[in-house]
Amino acid sequence: MEIDFQGSLQTGFFTSRMDKMLGWARKYSIFQYPFVTACCGMEYMSTACSHYDIDRFGAGLPRFSPRQADVLFVVGTISQKLAPVLVQIYEQMCAPKWVVAFGVCTCTGGFYDNYATVTGIDHIVPVDIYIPGCPPRPETVLEGLMLLQKKMQNQKQEI
Amino acid sequence: MEASITLKKIKEGFGNDVIEVDSPFQQDTVVIAPSALLPVATFLKEDPELQYNYLMDLTAVDYWKRKPRFEVVYHFLSVANSFRLRLKVPVAEPEPKVDSLTSLWPGANWYEREVYDMFGIQFTGHPDLRRILLYPEFEGHPLRKDYPIKRRQPLIGPKH
Repeated sequence: MEIDFQGSLQTGFFTSRMDKMLGWARKYSIFQYPFVTACCGMEYMSTACSHYDIDRFGAGLPRFSPRQADVLFVVGTISQKLAPVLVQIYEQMCAPKWVVAFGVCTCTGGFYDNYATVTGIDHIVPVDIYIPGCPPRPETVLEGLMLLQKKMQNQKQEI
Repeated sequence: MEASITLKKIKEGFGNDVIEVDSPFQQDTVVIAPSALLPVATFLKEDPELQYNYLMDLTAVDYWKRKPRFEVVYHFLSVANSFRLRLKVPVAEPEPKVDSLTSLWPGANWYEREVYDMFGIQFTGHPDLRRILLYPEFEGHPLRKDYPIKRRQPLIGPKH
């Protein structure tokens, strides 16, 4: 049986497989940048270390420069004074990039409904996954990570 | 209970400026007129029998609908004599203003900046009166009772 390569290219078969392959590669090689400001950092460390072992999901390498990272983990309360720093960090990251709001303070501000706190980081940067909890259990974090992987796999890939 | 030596001396020296004297739970408390703050503070620090050489705390209270509205509160300690004194100065609106104590206790510098930051009380004679905890773009003074609880500050962007 002969395969009609020309025909397949014209129907767009090749590009859709490319998207899937890139998504598969990206979701299992997450280089994260942990932007840790508060108590959620403890749960983040617990998730990252051997008991829960975030490396099983291909996200084991935190980069401490935003220029080398693809996922920004915002872990902990963001104050108004810190907001410009977070925006600058986000702008330094190379595309494709994703943002995870870790803990209820980053999702909505939590109980910090006052003059000093940003009520949800989605006021200043676009957020892909919200992980609620004060702080979230490591299982919740891993579920959030898997949801992010699903999103990475299924989205349109920028090349 | 007999009045302590500090209260006696202040009443003797500054009788006209003393608004109120009290000693609840043996905590000597004096309320004085704002104009007498610097002379009284200098006297407390330099009198050989008192020697209040340590400014422990400096803060303010907003009594909102009362007049005068604000009260700046000082806590002094005499290390040599183990005396403690609470000194209060009522400050009226608008443009609440009180003399700075930085010339006597350099440690008052940051306390006064904090009170300025949170209550908007001006300290005349302060060498560098600007916000200490909040950022320059912040609007209003959040520890005032009329600061709206739901107020949102303008978001500040990155400085390029």
